[in-house]
Amino acid sequence: MSNWKPVCPLEDIPQLGSRIVRPATGGDIAIFRNAADEVFALHDKCPHKGGPLSQGIVHGKRVTCPLHGWNIGLDDGQAVAPDVGGCRKFAVRVDNGMVMLAV
Amino acid sequence: MSKPRLVLIGNGMAGVRTVEELLKIKPDHYDITIFGAEPHPNYNRILLSPVLAGEMTVQEIVLNELDWYKENNIRLHTGRQIARIDRVKRKVIADDGSEEAYDRLLIATGSTPFILPVPGNDLPGVIGYRDIKDTDEMIEAARLHKHAVVIGGGLLGLEAANGLKLRGMDVTVVHLGPWLLERQLDEVAGRMLQKSLEDKGLKFLLETQTEALIQGESGRVAAVRLKGGMQIPADLVVMAAGIRPNYALAEASGIYCNRGIVVNDTMQTYDPKVAVGECVSHRGIAYGLVAPLFEQAKVAANHLAGYGIGRYTGSVTSTKLKVTGIDLFSAGDYMGGRDTEEIILNDPHGGVYKKLVIKDNKLVGGVMYGDTADGPWYFQLLKDGRDIHDIRDSLIFGQSLVGDVGHAGNSKAAAMADSAEVCGCNGVSKGAIVQAIKARGLFTLDEVKKHTKAASSCGSCAGLVEQILASTIGGAYTPAASDKKPLCACTDHSHDQVRKVIREQRLTSIPQAMSFLEWKTPNGCDKCRPALNYYLISTWPHEARDDPQSRFINERAHANIQKDGTYSVVPRMWGGLTTPNELRAIADAAEKYKVPTVKVTGGQRIDLLGVRKEDLPAMWADLNAAGMVSGHAYGKSIRTVKTCVGAEHCRFGTQKSMTMGVKLEKMLFDMYSPHKVKLAVSGCPRNCAEAGIKDVGVIGVDSGYELYIGGNGGIKTEVAQFLCKVKTDEEVMEYSGAFLQLYREEGWYLERTCHYLERVGLDYVKSKILEDEEGRKAYYFRLLDSLKDARDPWATSREPQAIKQFIPIAVAVDA
Repeated sequence: MSNWKPVCPLEDIPQLGSRIVRPATGGDIAIFRNAADEVFALHDKCPHKGGPLSQGIVHGKRVTCPLHGWNIGLDDGQAVAPDVGGCRKFAVRVDNGMVMLAV
Repeated sequence: MSKPRLVLIGNGMAGVRTVEELLKIKPDHYDITIFGAEPHPNYNRILLSPVLAGEMTVQEIVLNELDWYKENNIRLHTGRQIARIDRVKRKVIADDGSEEAYDRLLIATGSTPFILPVPGNDLPGVIGYRDIKDTDEMIEAARLHKHAVVIGGGLLGLEAANGLKLRGMDVTVVHLGPWLLERQLDEVAGRMLQKSLEDKGLKFLLETQTEALIQGESGRVAAVRLKGGMQIPADLVVMAAGIRPNYALAEASGIYCNRGIVVNDTMQTYDPKVAVGECVSHRGIAYGLVAPLFEQAKVAANHLAGYGIGRYTGSVTSTKLKVTGIDLFSAGDYMGGRDTEEIILNDPHGGVYKKLVIKDNKLVGGVMYGDTADGPWYFQLLKDGRDIHDIRDSLIFGQSLVGDVGHAGNSKAAAMADSAEVCGCNGVSKGAIVQAIKARGLFTLDEVKKHTKAASSCGSCAGLVEQILASTIGGAYTPAASDKKPLCACTDHSHDQVRKVIREQRLTSIPQAMSFLEWKTPNGCDKCRPALNYYLISTWPHEARDDPQSRFINERAHANIQKDGTYSVVPRMWGGLTTPNELRAIADAAEKYKVPTVKVTGGQRIDLLGVRKEDLPAMWADLNAAGMVSGHAYGKSIRTVKTCVGAEHCRFGTQKSMTMGVKLEKMLFDMYSPHKVKLAVSGCPRNCAEAGIKDVGVIGVDSGYELYIGGNGGIKTEVAQFLCKVKTDEEVMEYSGAFLQLYREEGWYLERTCHYLERVGLDYVKSKILEDEEGRKAYYFRLLDSLKDARDPWATSREPQAIKQFIPIAVAVDA
């Protein structure tokens, strides 16, 4: 099932930052790196009004959408209460310093 | 190892709030057991009045459902009273004989209504007003009987009387004091209140003492006999003559009590256990409103968690009566005395009365009747202890909400219909806010913002939302003193404290600041990180390194993000001036990058909207090549200096406003600040550059320039205040530069100059900028020094590490 693709070296994503991955089939995926060097991947579309989550501020295991400030959990793609909603998440891991994404 | 055992006696608002605070900061630390005398889970006692008035149901006022106890592994014993505390064996014994051992004991036994020691006080039909049972009994009595007497014209008594009247009873309030609510209102306001309650059909007997309660044939109470012999019919008597802290249990176990369980500033009793709530006497005061109890709960929880840093030093309380249609507000020392001054506005026919009590140029108390719109604002001034000397003239008229936009000019929440839109940004009605406050048990503005989104965008309706909150939950509402408000939920420190520590400890990085200030989250949040980043780089300009990941995307991408995720690009046009060459380059860029919208901005320049992020670096390079730089239209930074034509061309112009504007804009280029900063220079008092609504407005006159500060044309239209008059261009730069540096060093992140000025006062700014020449020059020097290595952010974005964020990574996908 899983189809791991190399994305970029981990150091190409800033800590507490992100990069956009653009699959040939469309639909941007945001890849996040937190302070503990864990990586997460979410559909780059906030469940609220479709804002690009990749452009948000990353803190702990959350990202704050730049448009209206919803907080989205990086590991589950779910909005933090009291907001309700979610976005698709993707499997992602780091192999020998290379970020791998399952698409 | 088993966990230490925490036992809470009293399943009420203060005790349960303490447990909630504890779980928030140290979950799973204790094995928790709660004993409650009532058969209910924790409910919002404040809302018993709306239940009595038929506006809400008991189910709606429950704060913690039984599931909450379960989810947090708390053993709850309802309907069980604790009979004895055995301090030697450290256990509590319930009235059914069951026992529970403890390591820490939390006593939150609350209070009981004071029952007058008069004959007949134990008759059926005579009750206090404290809990759900009393409320049910009153509702039942209203169904079956006609005459009610409420003894006591305090807050609780009046709310009870109002509720019983609404349920169809004939209600008389018997009150010992000379006027109603004499502990909250002065005589004038007390009389006005009485008049409007009489208009609702309530009857009052003031300065009247109750002598005995008379039994009727049915065995139930039938009448109240007053001193002097008069007798009034009563099928129901509600005792609301005050509350008494419930400390008998603690006293019997040998804990030191004195009209309450005596506690120190850490909420500990003489036995190092902990007590909170109405049962407590702190520095000789037992509080009966919920707001101070919540503050106590926070401190107690902190100590139970073993952190030991919280102190409770007492509260100033404010009062609001929860009787629909009646607006009154009082706080602090509302009576005044020999060493205080009073400002009074009295319009008996208009039904408005306001009294402010002032001592040493500070607001120490106030009463408002009829128009309470500014209550929260006055209360904030009072708690902050702000010097009101410079706003004394207009103080009584309130924080003029005129000029606020987004809520149809409404400034009095009580007068608004439920369907009226309060928050124009997010379309939230008054009814929706009230509903959320009641149904979800919200107590603070922040909670209301989170749950309803009202006041969470532009914030212009925050004052209205606070009023709605205050009138919905009454005395439970209290704003935190603004200079002590925590920066965000990640810390207990205020903006001022954080700034101070960064300066004193020479902290230069966010991780360093967070660790020194014991941040509660590993790397902050979207609110504190940008603030910390700004405080660091503004305090240590050439030392602290900017952290792009702690900036909002606009400042990271040097462009404004739009709703569809594209960006807008605004090249700088110094002083609003441009050239054919620049216009040609803009036109070329617009065509080359297929910009869908080109718009002239209010800041006298051109906005290219709808640019894809990946196109930004190339577009900037093209504009740079034509000599243009970033306009910082996206930043908490210098935006524009708007100018009129001035003496260069205008027949009325007295000064060269364009030249002056360009000089100022070049001086301030790349200046970051707590919030955006806009300037304007007009060449004469006709003021075509609209300098009166700018952070710094400069107006040319024949003999020089007038400087105005703190204007704002945004959410709240605020007219700039006159600072001083100067003669030369150099002075304009020095004075305005010094003011902006003062703001940069003292302003809180996201605080505009108008709000900064409102907080510190114009007198303070004058003392720093006008009266202290050396100080002014030092501020000016520090501004120029911190801007000496200003760079065009567009150029720096092309560096190899910085450019990565603009480039999406392509990934092939197998079919």
